[in-house]
Amino acid sequence: MYVKTYQRAKSFFGEFERKPGDHLTTHYCPGCGHGNLHKYIAEAIDDLGLQDRTIFVNPVGCSVFAYYYMDVGNIQVPHGRAPAAATAIKRAHPDSLVISYQGDGDLAAIGGNEILHAANRGENITVFFINNAIYGMTGGQMAPTTLLGQKTITSPFGRATEREGFPLRVSELLATLEGPTYIERVGLFDNKSRMKARKAVRKALRNQVEGRGFSLVEILSPCPTGWGLTPTESCEWMQEKMVKQFPLGVIKDESASREGWNRYRQVVPAEKLPEILDLTKESTEQFTPTDVPGCYRNPSIKIAGFGGQGLLFLGKLLAEAGMRHAYNVSWIPSYGPEMRGGTANCQVNISTEPIGSPLVSRPSVLIALNRPSLDKFEPEVASGGLIIYDSSLIDRAPERGDVEVIALPATKLADEAGSARAANMVALGAYLGRTNLLDQTGVFKILEKMTKSEDQMAINRRAFDAGARFAMF
Amino acid sequence: MTKELIKGNEAVVKAAILAGCRSFYGYPITPASEITEAAARYFPLAGGTFLQAESEIASINMVYGAAAAGERTMTASSGPGISLMQEGISYLAGSELPCVIVDITRGGPGLGNIAPEQSDYHQVVKGGGHGNYRTIVLAPNSVQEMCDLTFLAFDLADKYRNPAIVMTDGFIGQMMEPVEFPTTSVEAPARPWAVLGNAETRNNLITSIYMSPDELEAHQRHLEAKYARANRGEELFEAYRTDDAEVITIGYGIVSRILKTAVDQAREMGIKAGLFRPITLWPFPDRQIDIIADWTKSFMVVELSNGQMVDDVRLAVNGRRPVNFYSRGGGNVPTVDELLGQLIKVSEDSYVRENISESEELFWGV
Repeated sequence: MYVKTYQRAKSFFGEFERKPGDHLTTHYCPGCGHGNLHKYIAEAIDDLGLQDRTIFVNPVGCSVFAYYYMDVGNIQVPHGRAPAAATAIKRAHPDSLVISYQGDGDLAAIGGNEILHAANRGENITVFFINNAIYGMTGGQMAPTTLLGQKTITSPFGRATEREGFPLRVSELLATLEGPTYIERVGLFDNKSRMKARKAVRKALRNQVEGRGFSLVEILSPCPTGWGLTPTESCEWMQEKMVKQFPLGVIKDESASREGWNRYRQVVPAEKLPEILDLTKESTEQFTPTDVPGCYRNPSIKIAGFGGQGLLFLGKLLAEAGMRHAYNVSWIPSYGPEMRGGTANCQVNISTEPIGSPLVSRPSVLIALNRPSLDKFEPEVASGGLIIYDSSLIDRAPERGDVEVIALPATKLADEAGSARAANMVALGAYLGRTNLLDQTGVFKILEKMTKSEDQMAINRRAFDAGARFAMF
Repeated sequence: MTKELIKGNEAVVKAAILAGCRSFYGYPITPASEITEAAARYFPLAGGTFLQAESEIASINMVYGAAAAGERTMTASSGPGISLMQEGISYLAGSELPCVIVDITRGGPGLGNIAPEQSDYHQVVKGGGHGNYRTIVLAPNSVQEMCDLTFLAFDLADKYRNPAIVMTDGFIGQMMEPVEFPTTSVEAPARPWAVLGNAETRNNLITSIYMSPDELEAHQRHLEAKYARANRGEELFEAYRTDDAEVITIGYGIVSRILKTAVDQAREMGIKAGLFRPITLWPFPDRQIDIIADWTKSFMVVELSNGQMVDDVRLAVNGRRPVNFYSRGGGNVPTVDELLGQLIKVSEDSYVRENISESEELFWGV
């Protein structure tokens, strides 16, 4: 024995206290479909027992004030962006029931990109797409779904293909994607169609609860005010005209075969974060500063050449090693398209003093590994500075008489050491061999960590040594 | 504490995660892409969400959703992408949602180029979106500050329930410097106003729509009161050798680093130069500029833009002292020598102005 009681859905406010004016009627026009749909959604939420866990995303359009009526968590969002916001809401709370409720202007026009990509990602959310073939809230302008021949304020002569193109079938479009799980189009024009709509609403919400992925129900919905018809005429018009353009029925349904589409996050204890962020793996070993001759102290270094010659790497190595020798350091790359195939350079400061400008406009050291770099940067080198250039690739010597020059056959020496690509290491050897700026053992320890294989490291050592021998006084 | 040699763009991501941020929604753009790339690597490992959005419009609305759902969240971009986010930023401010946005400014207008500029000042500091709102804007000038100010941005965003923007130029984003990260992470503060999908927050409503003029005006007054509080107390600045300075240079981001060296060199030449660096661009430290205007003879503002922050300096100085302006653009960055030359010129000008008689001054005015 049981007693069946009928009552208003709990997820639907009894009195609309958020609404200005009277709290008993909705702001929707007589004959509008939103009321029915709100009710179906609220009933389904009740039946699923998820009132507290529901987050309703309010769009821009007539249903911007859905939160007057839906007694659930409510977030109002910019026009067309509900699927983007819903994506993030769902990912923040995977166990919530996230509903994106959108009209045809919101979803099919301004929010076309957001719905396309949310559907394609298979976001585990439920979208209710209210298609009434018109912009209701703004006063009856043409929508992407407006029928051919239909007169609106902005298609006063009737929608014509030569002017406005065709009514957009969003559900069919989305159904071509692999992402969505369930897409159905229903109508609200007679009892039978309304019962089908009610069922589809439930299925789309249940799919989300079961982690089956993206569900969208398109609801053909009457807008008597926008259409200039009575509610009864509106229902007839829908049945006669709209359904022809937007056929009812299931368009895609893979609900049975999909599961596990809820995106849960990893649970990570806070104390693990430094390790995860690679903040602990770095060696803490510090090296003893070397005795650097006065003229080589606190260098501002420019390293330049072709992209791919390992200039940025060389600069990083110098900066890292400088830091481990208790110096202040900075490293700036040239970046962007410059890096791809063209010339590249980086700027490194290693100093006992805090570094003001990290930009090296008057380098005290120039390492030039190709001709354009020497041509471009030679004039900038500070008087008394040091130029190291790859004499195996550059067919001229520096013209400056007021700087120290090392004509280093870097590529040749690197080749002899095992790989022409190690020219940067030859240059490093020459630079440190001449200046004693950094402790060689320390530099090798850092280099080992930055080098992929032992073979490569062996080449690096040989190349470095060749450069150092060449440049040592 | 050990230091890590790291790019500014990567420091932002590590700092954000340590600050309790657990979601990143972004779209690649040079020179900010390393932020998105580092976020793609670290956020999932740290138990958060990374999602590459379909556009900056989607990014900012995902941030809106995540913030409304109660979590510390962020995005990053550069000029053109920030332009696309402006609608969302206005909504975030209107709905009082905290979040952090990083802008690594590049050259503009239009596609411009990817080299460093400071030409986003107007759209970021003045609010490029519609309506009466403000964003908190922090301007780091070192990689350490990319870490520290990202932390601070999350705290200020929560304190004022408002978007906070970390804005710097391509150089600070791309540069590597040693950074000391905090050794422990913080947990994001509770947000009882958010919609968390539970019984306690079921009655919460996040919205920026107020249909009645009185209600919207009241909401605006509430926002203004909040901004007024931030405007009296959150200003940050660095004053370097300004105590006896006769010429005070003003710059932020990479420019302030170059100016600092130029100021030191000018001092060696006997010019009493100083540097005033706004660290918060909004609230702008105008009262502090007003104070130093008491004793300095002139100001020299340098920007990598056509003159955007200089307007705020002029408002702060209010005509009491000459405000000279020097700019570079297109990705060109002035050298120390170049700014030193400008400093010398300005200091000579202020010498002349101080020594002319009142009648001469009137004559000059004509």
